[in-house]
Formats: sequence, structure tokens, C-alpha cells
Amino acid sequence: MLLNARQKWLGALIAPSFVASSAVAEPLSKINLRPGATELSQDIYDLHMLILWICVAIGVAVFSVMIYSMIAHRKSLGREPATFHENTKLELLWTLIPILILVAMAVPATGTLIEINSPEDADMDVVVTGYQWKWQYEYPGTGVSFFSVLRTPSDEIYNREAKGEHYLLEVDEPLVIPTGKKVRFLITAKDVIHSWWVPDFGVKRDAVPGYVSELWTRVDEPGVYRGQCAELCGKDHGFMPVVVVAKEPAEFDAWLAERQEAAAREAELASKDWTLDELMARGEQVYARNCAACHQANGAGAPPAFPPLKDSPIALGDPQRHIEVVYDGVPGTYMAAYGEQLSEVDLAAVITYERNAWGNNVGDQVNPIDIVEFAKSN
Amino acid sequence: MSAVDAAVDVHHDDHHHGPAKGIRRWIFATNHKDIGTLYMWFSFAMFLLGGSFAMVIRAELFQPGLQLVEPEFFNQMTTMHGLVMVFGAVMPAFVGLANWMVPLMIGAPDMALPRLNNLSFWILPFAFATMASTLFMEGGGPNFGWTFYAPLSTTYAPPSVTFFIFAVHMMGISSILGAINVIATILNMRAPGMTLMKMPLFVWSWLITAFLLIAVMPVLAGAVTMMLMDIHFGTSFFDAAGGGDPVLFQHVFWFFGHPEVYIMILPSFGVVSQIIPVFARKRLFGYESMVYAMAAIAFLSFIVWSHHMFVSGIPLSGQLYFMYATMLIAVPTGVKVFNWVATMFRGAMTFETPMLFSVAFVILFTIGGFTGLMMAMAPVDYQYHDTYFIVAHFHYVLVPGAVFAIFAAVYYWLPKWCGNMYDERLGKLHFWLSFVSVNVLFFPMHFVGLAGMPRRIPDYALQFADYNLLASIGGFAFGLSQLFFMFIVIKTIRGGRKATAEVWEGAKDTTLEWTVPSPAPFHTFETPPVVK
Ligand code: HEC
Ligand SMILES: [Cu+2]
Repeated sequence: MLLNARQKWLGALIAPSFVASSAVAEPLSKINLRPGATELSQDIYDLHMLILWICVAIGVAVFSVMIYSMIAHRKSLGREPATFHENTKLELLWTLIPILILVAMAVPATGTLIEINSPEDADMDVVVTGYQWKWQYEYPGTGVSFFSVLRTPSDEIYNREAKGEHYLLEVDEPLVIPTGKKVRFLITAKDVIHSWWVPDFGVKRDAVPGYVSELWTRVDEPGVYRGQCAELCGKDHGFMPVVVVAKEPAEFDAWLAERQEAAAREAELASKDWTLDELMARGEQVYARNCAACHQANGAGAPPAFPPLKDSPIALGDPQRHIEVVYDGVPGTYMAAYGEQLSEVDLAAVITYERNAWGNNVGDQVNPIDIVEFAKSN
Repeated sequence: MSAVDAAVDVHHDDHHHGPAKGIRRWIFATNHKDIGTLYMWFSFAMFLLGGSFAMVIRAELFQPGLQLVEPEFFNQMTTMHGLVMVFGAVMPAFVGLANWMVPLMIGAPDMALPRLNNLSFWILPFAFATMASTLFMEGGGPNFGWTFYAPLSTTYAPPSVTFFIFAVHMMGISSILGAINVIATILNMRAPGMTLMKMPLFVWSWLITAFLLIAVMPVLAGAVTMMLMDIHFGTSFFDAAGGGDPVLFQHVFWFFGHPEVYIMILPSFGVVSQIIPVFARKRLFGYESMVYAMAAIAFLSFIVWSHHMFVSGIPLSGQLYFMYATMLIAVPTGVKVFNWVATMFRGAMTFETPMLFSVAFVILFTIGGFTGLMMAMAPVDYQYHDTYFIVAHFHYVLVPGAVFAIFAAVYYWLPKWCGNMYDERLGKLHFWLSFVSVNVLFFPMHFVGLAGMPRRIPDYALQFADYNLLASIGGFAFGLSQLFFMFIVIKTIRGGRKATAEVWEGAKDTTLEWTVPSPAPFHTFETPPVVK
């Protein structure tokens, strides 16, 4: 864009310290937007600096007149007040000049806004789905789909352990995208509104249940890019980060192929015969990732909002009822329908775990096949 | 007692109109001054309550990690802080000022509808008692932010949301009744000779604000009623699973919400436009353009609501339109700032406390205006939206904006209300404490916001730690300074140098309230003054 060159020149002239060439190499600014990793984020950054400096200039002009008169036009200096109280020309002038400045700012802003909202001709799609409180990433047509959950341990959050470098900005499985490709994000949510935000891409879009909105990016530098959910989405809104890893296309393809194989292996697991110990081991992991946020790692829950599972009549009672609660959720409450989020194996494992952990000791086990049958009869 | 009062007894020889004694004076109050006083004290109580919620927030954010409260309670604090400050502190303070000052400034004996006035005040304590009680209910109080976006506030809300809805309805009724009263008073009860274009700007600001209130409070009532229906009666206005639309909620809310922010700032404009000319000893520059600018801002406030929703998925054409429309607001707002500066220019200024707060208002409100202009640029708002940059912006326009204007108004008119001068040294100290701490509190929020810290989070990544610590220190200092303000006000009410009728040098020539004695007698302007 024509104007961009000028903006960059302006930025370079007045703000040498802010003009960072590459976001990945530079330490993150603690006081300003960062130029980010894409052309779009750079355009946004330039616009931001342009308008910032225009505001500073206007502010300096207006406040210096004001401060000058506060110093020079004081009664204690024996000043007599002037009597003027209107001046049509002046008033017209300070109505028209701001309008011209606004028009000058609207032109580049319009260009960038159109660019942001042009997701057409993408090389690939990623479906981003917000849940309380995790993100699901899906690569349509490949069968690859997974959840991305905060990895920071609660010991760090509750100050029992030193906080790591990427405290609250780390996930178990990041989204992976190829560099140099136009990637379109199809953003939606399953429960409440979330907002998917990667500052370095200049991409932020509300994830609204019932809607799919589109944004896009093209990242040139391989690297790890971190963001957060930006729309208040309930209890753990502050704990659902976004992490995106950009890989060279060849590496990306290898990664995707590996994920596809893993998905196929997972599917086979459903027909395997599971022992109680195997289910318990797997269930503990599934529970930690998906359920502990509300029901707590020790099963004690956080009543009244989140019931305990230790000694809960459902966890101790009829397995079919237990499956039903987990599979279908409890509509109108925080308890989501995990049937659509977890595999049969994971469901079986976590239910088995709940029935036998924390002294529940029911002793029975729920097998993947039970889940398959429950799903069929539903 | 003045000659005006003597005239009262001649007209109503059957009984004497003094204030009733004891608590009855306040419960059955119909006198605009008493009701104004009630509003002001109520507002201050809510300011302290909302402020204590803010202290919890700042204490939790003092350091990274969760120390004091759980996220669930933190969300209740941010929500209640916003609701209490907006609906309980700022709005009632301005209604209180309107009650006290509008009749005095237009030469009317009272508000047009005194009993309605009583009702609109006494609804408020019940509304806020209902609201505050939700904190003690099972499942906790509202935890979905003061903007209460559905479906977080409907399907996923705690059971107490129903009480929240009724509290909002009550506040809405109170505001609408108050607004009707203000309009009826201003349009019907001005002293002979006071044409609309001779009205003091504070009165103008309230006339416009009252129309905004009547226009948008019903919209808010509509929004919460739809929530009520979704929660209890099986409708799906905002529930996508039932064919509804969560974004509809945001449109309805911000159609109320954007004018609402002007409801909080227009009366501040009015206050500052009264004070600056008095202490500059010079007529307000551009009176007419001030009136037109306020009217223009009020009009624009109805057609820019979706600038709160640039990233909610509205179409490109919508984003473009709302970007252009929003940028336009800078024009009339700029006119107002330029006019204030031109009023000060070549005046003969003194800087008593009301003037200090007014000057700080002009500077700091303008900074909030600048960040507003930055956010109007839709593509850049993709980065700013829902970060602490936004929090910094609206706190700059609401705290050193609206709240400073209220402080200015209290110092300016307190001698008229209670007949005593406040202690100027203490007033100035309060100003400087507030001025420094408010900037230490809110300025760093610009930094963490730009650096990427989302709003409404109880814990944050390590790179935001330094400036959050600073903001928290500023927050505690600002909170303490307001207890000092309470001390100053009480001290003034209890005694002090007696105020003259005029109070401020030359004020008699500006507006009518300075022509009646200090303290203003219970009844004023029973015989209307004549305005030339
Ligand atoms: C977002 C918070 C949340 C998460 C995460 C969550 N639950 Fe729940 N769960 C709830 C709530 C709330 C209820 C109570 C619903 C009701 O009111 O009946 C509940 C109820 C249950 C019950 C019935 C307990 C009883 O005694 O009534 C079971 C079993 C259960 N959850 C299992 C799970 C499993 C398994 C997972 C993980 C896969 C999980 N939950 C994840 C919030 C959650
Ligand atoms: Cu979220």
C-alpha cells in the first residue's frame, strides 16, 4: 500500500525505539503493541503508531496553550481578564481541521480493515472452537482434531512453585500451521462466547455459539506465537491461552501425517480389551485435562457450583446413569456433553476412573464398547 | 432569612413549609434540596462500596498468581464493581446535582414533580440492596461482567441472575422517572426571561442527558426482559441452540450502552463549563457551539454502538460504517475542549479546588478521548479490543472524567449547600492526592493493554507484573484519598468559615444560585426572579 511507506517513514522518524524489525527475535515490549509476525499485524502496528503520534501532537498543541495560560494568565499576576467569548472563524477552523485529520486517518484504516476481512483464496482451513475453557483445533478433511488446554500446573498458579517462563501462556498441544501459506481460521464456540486472539498475527475474533466467522493469517517466520482468550467466558477465562506453532511446510506436512496416524491408532484402541488398571491410568490423565478444572483433582469439587464426585451417588451408582451424565452433560449447567468432545476410549477411561478413584472403589469398569452402545441406543 | 422567604408565609398562611423533623424529613422528602442531598449521600455510599470491590480486584492483581480470591469470586467483583459504579455512584451523583442545582439555576421553586422525585430516589436503595444481596446467594452474584453478554448471563448464569434482572429494572424505572422530572422542570419552570439559549450549560447538559435516559433505559429493560424470558420461560432470544442469536444481545445492550456513557459524561461537561468561566473570570467561550456540540454528541451516540463489537463478527460494511461514524464524535468533542481552553486563555485565573479538578478533567478526559479515537480505528481495535487498553480508556473518561467533575461540583457548590466554606488547604491536598494516584492507577493500564493483557482476568502472565503492581499501589492510594474527601465534606458541613451568598468572586454574574443566601434556604425562588 502506498500509504504504508509513508507511515513507516513517519514511525521511523519519530519513534526509532519502537520500530522493531522482527517480533520473534526482540523481547516482547512491556509498554506497546508489537509489530507482530505478519504483514497484517505490521500494518495494524503502523496505523497504531500513526494515530498515536497524531494524538500526541494534538495533545501537545492543545495542552501547551492551556498550560501557558495557566501560568501567564493568573489573577495573582494582576491580569485583567479579556472579554472575548466567541469567534466564528476560529470555531469553524477547529471544526474543519479535525475533520481533515480524520479523513486522512480513515483512508489507510479502510485499506487495512478490508485486508483483514478478506479470507478468500486460503491455502488451508483450520476450525477453531471455543469451549469452557479450552480450544479445539480441527483440520477439515484430515480427521485430525484435538483440544488445547492450559499446561501451567496449579501449583504455579497458587504460588506453591516458582512460575515458569511462559506462565499461563503454555498449552499441552498447540495449534500447528505451515509458514508462507494463507491459513483461514473458521472460528466458533460450543457454549458461551470466547475470543480467539493471537497478537502477533493481528487476529482477534469472537467465537460465538451458532456462528462461524472467518479471519486469516500468513506467517513467514517459523516460531511459537502466544495469545489468550479475550472475551470473558466464565470462571477460567484467564486460563485458556492460545499457542500457535508455525512450521516450515515440509515439517508441517510431516507433523500432520503423524497426527493422522495417531488418530487411526486411537480409533483401533476402542476395540481392544482393556484392563481396569489400564483404564484407570488413562482415566487419570483424561480427568486431569478435562474435569479437574471444576471437580478438582481430588474429586472434592467446589460446591455449590461444582459438585464433588468423591462419594457422589452418580459415581457410586448405576454405570448407565454415570455414562449418561458424562456423555450428554447436564443442560443448563456447566456440565458439558463430553460425548462430543472425548473419544469412546477416553470416556470409558474417565468414567472408570471416577468410579474407582479417591476411595470411591466401586470396583467395576466401563469399557469403550459400553460407550459405543450407549451412543447407539441414544 | 431573605425577603424571598418572607413572601412564602404571605402566600401560604395556613401552614409553614419548613423541613419535617427527624427521619420523616428524608423518607417523605419532596423538597428538591433534600432529595438532592439524599442522592449525593447514596451515591457516595455506592462509590465506597464499588470502590471496595475495586480494592479486592487490585489486591488480587497486585502480583501474578492467585492469592486472595478464587476466579469465580474475582468475576463477581469485576461485575459488581462496574454495575455499582455506573448505576449506583456516577448516575445518582449527577441526578443529585440536577436536583439541587437545576431549580436554583433556572429560578424555579422546586422540581416540577416533587412526589415522583421522592419515588425515583427511594427506588434506588431497594434496587441496590437487591443487587448486593446476590453476593450472598447460593452460586454467588452476577459474574458475567457489567456488560452481561448472553449466553454467559443466561444459560450459564448463577441463579441470582434473576435478582440482578429485577434490580436493573428498578434502577431503570428510577432513572426514567428522574429524567421525566428534569425535562418537565426545565421546559416549564424557567424564570421569566430565561430562554433556552440563556440557560446555564449545566442545565442544558441535563436536558439533553434526560432525553438520552428516556430513550435508552427502556432498551436496557428490553434486554434484561429477554434474558428473563430465556432463563425462565423457554424462549431463545439469545440461545443459538434454539435459533436465537447471542450477537443480538450485544446490539441491544450497546444500543443502550453507548448513549449510557454519554449520560455519564454530558453532565460533567455541564459542570466544567460552569466552573472554568468563574475561576477564569471570563465568559465561557462559544456558548452556542457548546450547546450544539452536546446535541451533536448525543445524536451521534445513537448511531455508533457497534464500535464495541468490531471483532464480534459483524460484516465488513458494518465495521466500516461504525468506524467512520465513531470517528466523527471526535469533532464535537474537540470543539468542547478547544472552547474550554479558549475560555481560560487570557482570563485572570485562580486555582481553588473546583478549578483544579476542572482543569484536571479537561486534560485527563482528553487523554481518554484520544484513546477513544485510537479505538475508533477498527483495524487497530482488533488488537485493543478486550484488553487493559480499553480498561485504561474508559477509566480515564469515567474517573478523572466524570468522577473528577463530580468532585469539582461538590467543592464548587458545597458552600451553597451547607453555608460553610470547605478548608481550601485540605481540598487542594485531596486534589493532588487524587490526581497523582489516579494516574499511577490507570496510566500503566495502557501499557499492559498494548503489551497484550486481556481484561477481566484474575491472573496474568509474568511480563505484565511490573505495571500491575504499580497500578495496584495507585489504586490503594486513590481509594484512601476518597476517605479523606469524606472527612473534608463532613468537616465542612459541621462548621467552618461562613460562606457569602456569592461564594466565588464574580459568580453572581454567571448563574442564579449565587443570588440566594448561603446556605440556600429550604425554599427558594417562590417568586421567580426576572432574567434579562
Ligand atoms: C465446566 C465445569 C465442569 C467440568 C469441566 C466438568 N464438569 Fe462434571 N459437573 C459440572 C457441574 C456444574 C455438575 C452438576 C450438574 C448438575 O447441576 O446436575 C457436574 C456434574 C457431574 C457429574 C454428576 C455428579 C453428581 O453427583 O451429580 C459427573 C459424574 C460429572 N460431572 C463428571 C464429569 C466428568 C467425567 C468431567 C470431565 C470429562 C466433568 N464432569 C467435567 C461441571 C463440570
Ligand atoms: Cu474463553
